[in-house]
Amino acid sequence: MIKATINNVEIEVPEGTNILWAAKKAGFTIPTLCNHPDLPPGGQCGICVVEIEGLPGLKRACMTPVGEGFKVKTHTPRVMATRRQLVELILSDHDTSCLTCVKNNNCELQQLASTVGINVLDYTGLREKLPIDHSSVAIVRDPNKCILCGRCLEVCNNVQTVHALAVNHRGSDTLISTAFDAGLGNSVCINCGQCVVHCPVGALYERSATEEVWEALHDPDKFVVVQEAPAVRVMLGEEFGMPVGSLVSGKMHAALRRIGFDAVLDTNFAADLTIMEEGTELISRLTSGKNLPLITSCSPGWIKFMETYFHDMIPHMSTAKSPQQMFGALAKTYYAKEKGIDPEKIVSVSIMPCTAKKFECQRPEMNASGYRDVDYVLTSREIGRMMREAGIDIKEMPDEHADPILGEYTGAATIFGATGGVMEAAVRSAYALVTGKELENVEIMPVRGLKGIKEAEIDIEGTKVKVAVAHSCGHARALLSKVQDQLAKDGKSEYQFIEVMACPGGCVGGGGQSWGSNMAKRARRGESLYAEDRSLPMRRSHENPEVKAVYEKFLEKPNSEKAHKLLHTHYYKRSAVDGKILPG
Amino acid sequence: MSEEKQCQCAEVQEEELYPRLEEVINQHKCKGEDLIMVLHKAQNLFGYLPRRVQEMVAEGLNVSLNEVYGVITFYNFFSTVPQGRNSVKVCLGTACYVRGSQEVLDKAQRELGIKVGGTTEDRRYSLDVVRCIGACGLAPAMLVNEDVYGRVKSPHLVDILKKYE
Repeated sequence: MIKATINNVEIEVPEGTNILWAAKKAGFTIPTLCNHPDLPPGGQCGICVVEIEGLPGLKRACMTPVGEGFKVKTHTPRVMATRRQLVELILSDHDTSCLTCVKNNNCELQQLASTVGINVLDYTGLREKLPIDHSSVAIVRDPNKCILCGRCLEVCNNVQTVHALAVNHRGSDTLISTAFDAGLGNSVCINCGQCVVHCPVGALYERSATEEVWEALHDPDKFVVVQEAPAVRVMLGEEFGMPVGSLVSGKMHAALRRIGFDAVLDTNFAADLTIMEEGTELISRLTSGKNLPLITSCSPGWIKFMETYFHDMIPHMSTAKSPQQMFGALAKTYYAKEKGIDPEKIVSVSIMPCTAKKFECQRPEMNASGYRDVDYVLTSREIGRMMREAGIDIKEMPDEHADPILGEYTGAATIFGATGGVMEAAVRSAYALVTGKELENVEIMPVRGLKGIKEAEIDIEGTKVKVAVAHSCGHARALLSKVQDQLAKDGKSEYQFIEVMACPGGCVGGGGQSWGSNMAKRARRGESLYAEDRSLPMRRSHENPEVKAVYEKFLEKPNSEKAHKLLHTHYYKRSAVDGKILPG
Repeated sequence: MSEEKQCQCAEVQEEELYPRLEEVINQHKCKGEDLIMVLHKAQNLFGYLPRRVQEMVAEGLNVSLNEVYGVITFYNFFSTVPQGRNSVKVCLGTACYVRGSQEVLDKAQRELGIKVGGTTEDRRYSLDVVRCIGACGLAPAMLVNEDVYGRVKSPHLVDILKKYE
């Protein structure tokens, strides 16, 4: 342990603790712009400078470990003047159109300017108006807002290992952009949106569909159906000042009904359906022994990542569509038929914790119903904005159920939103499908939690199934590389079933969730999903009466020909240069 | 007609360079740390770094393409556009700048119809700026290939450029 003082407050911290964290312990928050609790410190912004008695110059608190006997001062006149000047210099070259910025009131630079007491902008930099990158269907990048803090680079290159973004050019021309400055839509970007939730300013945000959805809602000829992903119900409360991880399933349904959606349904229904399809697929692969391990396909960021960097694994991928797309295919077929609505008039909206879902819904093959299966995807943040615009406060809403016949769900569906959830849900049902008996203890603890790669061995009446769960593409890359090696060497892998989610923490940590996401928040949201699971009367997907009904009335049985046509998909090989589909 | 022929000829020549690039890459296979060295060699071969070269280097050295592009756009030495047969460099060092080299540069850009860092369509000239060539006494100075020109006034520029085919 190291002893030191911070502003005369004595502290004792483990060796290697940086001054930024040590100061927190002493009760001081040193302002910073580039630092993020989940990312290694980079020292780019310099805002966190402090003075250390006896040492020359100012030191960056994030990059300086506390030394024995250090006397650190965090707000001397020199420190405060330097900080102010640094912030002023950043602002001098920043597009300060805060009022119309998507990050207004949520911007870390805006907060910092107020914290360090900037009330006049003395410098005017070049403020060159650079073109905004609209090339992606999911994510917009505005270089005029970018402060070059490097958080997006860290998360894109080192956490996700996607390598879409880099620092290009030099000096005052420095630009964070893609290879050849071709734009995110012409790059290997997987649309996961981790750059978006890590950006401190308004340089990265989702491509919004709120205007299109309002238009549909106001059109009396349209029948607008809405589905909400599991992870949304543990985040939306945060948009309205509720504690992180507040579970608002019922309030969310009520709020959506009041916004004016004609039918408030639930993606969780489709999650249960996914389990029936994917679970059946797992059993048939375990029986035939072919193309094992089976790998889950719910996460559209992961799908594009796999298509780009692991396309030799395509035969191992589950052909089951994601819940969003299964829902979409049923909304304009089964639902339309049962409710007597012309599918032409149905506008299918989904609310997702995810930016990659915007990419997924416009994939050309996602039109099994004969129409675009899902018309618009809104992120959790976008629906929060729409609710505020409609004067709806989710805190004040009553608890309401989703509408039949695509609205009922079990606990197995709701845990889809946390890493390991799909695996756990699949095991609950696969066990019953194989043995005809119900799994006594439905809680499979080894696949829960935030460890990067989790493993477990499941005993299905004597048959041992080894499973693995990875979240974040960096961990997926490590796991899949291992599987590739095993397949090359022995012709088979030690695993039979693998779940991958593109985002750290799973969907609760998606790129469409609230600004300022971090692992602690992701963990709390995940815990809330497990709590909802415990609270529900049904906890196994195959118990869902509406899922049973859809098979009886429409799809016959899991993996039937009709189910294959509507609920299953195929994948492409993509170029590691520009992410485009490769011929053949 | 003759121009068209010449153009095809240039393309064929470039095509022939790729096997040689492959040899270079093979010597540094999967060695990301050799990136700058390989890019040097590639530029010596091609005279510039076209997109296909960048893609091959990235794949061969097992580094991401965005990293290759980042390095290329950082260093002045590397160019992503083909270089002309004659390199025109206007000095923007302090002395030259004070004596009006910006005017010379503006004139050069207008005359050649290209911006700094560009190459004329016929690949006759490339235009760049330099910061001091040690000829401050001759300010404003410029270089065409190895030749130094001092006390350049913008009206002289056309006559100077004409000398180089």
